[in-house]
Amino acid sequence: MSTETTQHDLDVNAGHRARKALRRAGVYAGLWVGIVVMIVPFYWMIATSLKSPIEILEFPPTWVPTGHYVESTDGSPSEVYIVSRDVGARTAVVRAVEGGPERTVGATEIFDRVRLRFSNYVEAWNQAPFARYYFNTIFVTLFVVAGVLVTSSLAAYAFARMRFWGRDNIFVLFLSMMMVPQPVYIVPSYIVLVKLGWIDTYQALIIPWLAHIFSIFLLRQHFKTIPNDLYDAAIIDGCSRFAFLWRVMLPLSKAVLVAVVIFTIVGTWNSFLWPLVMTNTPEVRPLQVGLARFSQEQGTNHELMMAAAAFSIAPLIVAYFFAQKQIIQSLATSGMKS
Amino acid sequence: MSWLESIRHKKIMDPLTAALYLVPAGVIVIVFRMIPIGSAFLLSFFDVKMGRVRGFVGLAQYARLFQDPTFWSSLGTTAYYVLGVVPLSLFLSLFAAVLLNQKVRALGFYRTVYFLPVVTSLVAVSMVWKWIFHPRLGLLNYFLQFIGGGSLQWLEEPRGIFEMAAGALGWSWWPDGLAGPSLALIAVIVVAIWRGIGYNIVIFLAGLQNIPDQYYEAAHIDGASPRQVFWKVTWPLLSPTTFYVLLSTTIVSFQVFTQIYLMTGPPVGGPMGTTKVIVYYLFEKGFDAGGNMGYASAVALVLFGIILTLTLVQRRVVERRVYY
Repeated sequence: MSTETTQHDLDVNAGHRARKALRRAGVYAGLWVGIVVMIVPFYWMIATSLKSPIEILEFPPTWVPTGHYVESTDGSPSEVYIVSRDVGARTAVVRAVEGGPERTVGATEIFDRVRLRFSNYVEAWNQAPFARYYFNTIFVTLFVVAGVLVTSSLAAYAFARMRFWGRDNIFVLFLSMMMVPQPVYIVPSYIVLVKLGWIDTYQALIIPWLAHIFSIFLLRQHFKTIPNDLYDAAIIDGCSRFAFLWRVMLPLSKAVLVAVVIFTIVGTWNSFLWPLVMTNTPEVRPLQVGLARFSQEQGTNHELMMAAAAFSIAPLIVAYFFAQKQIIQSLATSGMKS
Repeated sequence: MSWLESIRHKKIMDPLTAALYLVPAGVIVIVFRMIPIGSAFLLSFFDVKMGRVRGFVGLAQYARLFQDPTFWSSLGTTAYYVLGVVPLSLFLSLFAAVLLNQKVRALGFYRTVYFLPVVTSLVAVSMVWKWIFHPRLGLLNYFLQFIGGGSLQWLEEPRGIFEMAAGALGWSWWPDGLAGPSLALIAVIVVAIWRGIGYNIVIFLAGLQNIPDQYYEAAHIDGASPRQVFWKVTWPLLSPTTFYVLLSTTIVSFQVFTQIYLMTGPPVGGPMGTTKVIVYYLFEKGFDAGGNMGYASAVALVLFGIILTLTLVQRRVVERRVYY
């Protein structure tokens, strides 16, 4: 068989290339469908949050928040609500947004302009004690993160580096408790907290979460990778165990510690069932529960609800955009799905 | 120090020091995990209102539980939910991960966007989707009308989808038992898939990227078609990851609560209770006015039993097909 390229070979190659190009295009098309599906709800949330209550009721809905305007007597545009349209006579009955009588104008006098109603955010914020909710969530999150870091480092160190009777069995016992779903321990925990008198206090939201078994697991795993020789050398040099933990182990475990911080923050910020059960009044109520209550109270003021949803998720979203890789990695490692 | 001293040091100091280091985490774990988990079992035998024990009920509480039709319907609803979420989520996320693994440019961009819903709070997600599913003003009905269909009631629709499909086809009769999950439940399933898919995509992607190139090169040399490459190389080597995603998605789905509570929430638990899943049933029976926490504990333990059984079953049935 000759080795020169025939026309047939060229045609086959061209066919392959074309199929390949089509496949590539298909891949990107598929990926972009996914992007659109993921993004549209977020866009819709923001768009709705910037609309006026009247505009919300329009169907078909507008994609961009728009206001209707007519030219007022002094030549500047004034915003109006369209009460009704008379298609045949090509007129409409309008009413100024600030208030005032209804009047009829010609349809051509009305022009639309993009109108972003940021005041919705202010109004939503004021309709419920969101400042308090925000403070509560931040307060609780800070303490829980600090607590988890401290308790997990200490416990992981003990499990990784110290010898004591039943060490591995106790560790397995801890791990097995991780597998128990929340509905099982939330009911008895509630009773424990009632007995302690901690219902509706910060203690109920913070203290039970100061230890996190999975974090202990992760840190212990990492601690075990630090060579024994390093430890022995330090001990011989007179280093205390705690100093070794503080000056050597922890700095070497920065990546794991960051991961722990991240999934603890996200988990605490977004937690819902636990605070829902353990709090009753706005004093200690965290953001997510407050937001849920707000949505139940508002019922139909969708622009306010969307505004509230937006400012409730904003901090995490902003953080996400700055640290996507770490956050994704951290949450994927933690096995956190909800 | 001498040999003797060093031994003494280890035998006594270690356990003592260890105890000290373990106390912070240990106390929390004991008081807020061990004791509750241990007493959950005990609790389920008592009638408990408002945190106060009111009497011993024993196994009768479980009997009452198993005789409550609402319990069984919640179980059925949960089963429908899990059956709806798990296969679809698995399939879609695997598909997306495979696409992303095709040496795509700006992989990070796609991954970031797909993962965004996972980072967003469930409360906000539920609120936004509830608005999208709005029967009169919602985006989804607008979309439906745009492509020529009629609008649906979504989260307020109690009718089963099979029954609805039969109606759409013009059949006026459909067996009651086969009505299927309600459209409302389907709406909740859609939200769950939307929210969780990014997580599974990331896991699958990691699994895919762990497959050494040599296998693909060998397959290419042997002239394998893309389909053969997938089924003979990718799928078997991905099976540990697939198994993990299957198991974790199932376990999480069984415990669904927040979306149900927020999108079809109190007082009813969905249109005619058709979205009342087991954790919602538990919440209602335990924490609503006049709640009996002993009863709720019993429900929780039954749920745990189911999850445990399912985990074991999945391990036996599926794990043998996993190539390690």
